[in-house]
Amino acid sequence: MNEANNKLDTNTFIKGLWKENPVFVQVLGMCPVLAVTNSATNGMAMGLATAFVLIMSSTLVSLLRNFIPKQVRIATFILIIATFVTVAEYLIQAISIDIHKALGAFISLIVVNCLILGRAEAFASKNSVGKSILDATGMGVGFTFALLCLGGVREILGTGTFFGIQILGASFEPWILMILPGGGFFTLGAWLLLFNYMKERKAAKMQEATA
Amino acid sequence: MNESLSFIFINACLVNNFVLAYFLGICPFLGVSGNIGTASRMGGAVMFVMLVSSMCAYGIHLMLVAIDAPYLQLISYIVVIASTVQLVEMIIKKFSPALFRALGIFLPLITTNCAILGLALFQTNKGYDFIQSLIYALGAGAGFTIALVIMAGIREDLDIADTPKVVRGTAIVLMVAGMLSLTFMGFAGLGG
Repeated sequence: MNEANNKLDTNTFIKGLWKENPVFVQVLGMCPVLAVTNSATNGMAMGLATAFVLIMSSTLVSLLRNFIPKQVRIATFILIIATFVTVAEYLIQAISIDIHKALGAFISLIVVNCLILGRAEAFASKNSVGKSILDATGMGVGFTFALLCLGGVREILGTGTFFGIQILGASFEPWILMILPGGGFFTLGAWLLLFNYMKERKAAKMQEATA
Repeated sequence: MNESLSFIFINACLVNNFVLAYFLGICPFLGVSGNIGTASRMGGAVMFVMLVSSMCAYGIHLMLVAIDAPYLQLISYIVVIASTVQLVEMIIKKFSPALFRALGIFLPLITTNCAILGLALFQTNKGYDFIQSLIYALGAGAGFTIALVIMAGIREDLDIADTPKVVRGTAIVLMVAGMLSLTFMGFAGLGG
């Protein structure tokens, strides 16, 4: 990530969406990914909350990057992140009590999402404010997208609904398994399989082209 | 809150296993579960940090209630956990340099182990008293260790099994975790 300085700015943004997707490729921040994605709405809310914290803390870390002593940087980052998570928690409570209840302690647990600390350490502490915001936005959107993918699949298969709207017919027998904890592991495992498969097919094609 | 101590322990350890039911501490669960020896020692370290931070969290909670500043909860918990981890890191480095090297980056990462912060938050939400909190921490730590060791055992066998290339790595580990999680659901109702 240290070669990021000479890259185009759009690339800084785009890479979080797909090539370095925090969930599917880097496998970071797993706890919220699995815990709250039993419905698309929860996944989306969690994704947005995480993106908010990610963007705000990346901005602040990047602004302060020349003032933070190297020895205490991790502690400082965590304090900054914890502050914004507290803000996010009160915001969510103000916007929707239901979502706040559904997400429960997992909102507070955004603090220990490795993704946010990882971005602060690997990117925001070394790059300009504009770039850090772009990077954080890309990662945040990628994270939200991944949560939506997981939550969507689990909600459709587990209850036959999507964002609370019935989409599979009444004759559909819901797979209760999918909304239970085990289903989270299975769904994420299946998505990773898909990604591995696509990566491998692409690699094989490239090899064919060069041969 | 009149839950018996044995119930709290079994609940935290098996029925609502932190890793397999609450998805807390997934990073080390996926990261250090390659070999049984490292996994069990990691479990021990996590359990110790849990005990200490649980005690501290209880004290902090009392203080925050006294000065009426609930919004400081998250920030003060995380600071305490970070310092506890630092302490454990120093202790391990002093007494077992080999283990220190084996745990590597995952030792400081205990700070960002959601299981520990989760434990502090849950015990506050549930309103446990001091002894209950300690038992809860002990149960959660034991549960974490059990999950980690079982996983490490399975992965040691997986390494020599002839799996298709696509599923190797995280994908198959997640599938196994899913099955373990289903198995642990069999404990539901135990100890109630």
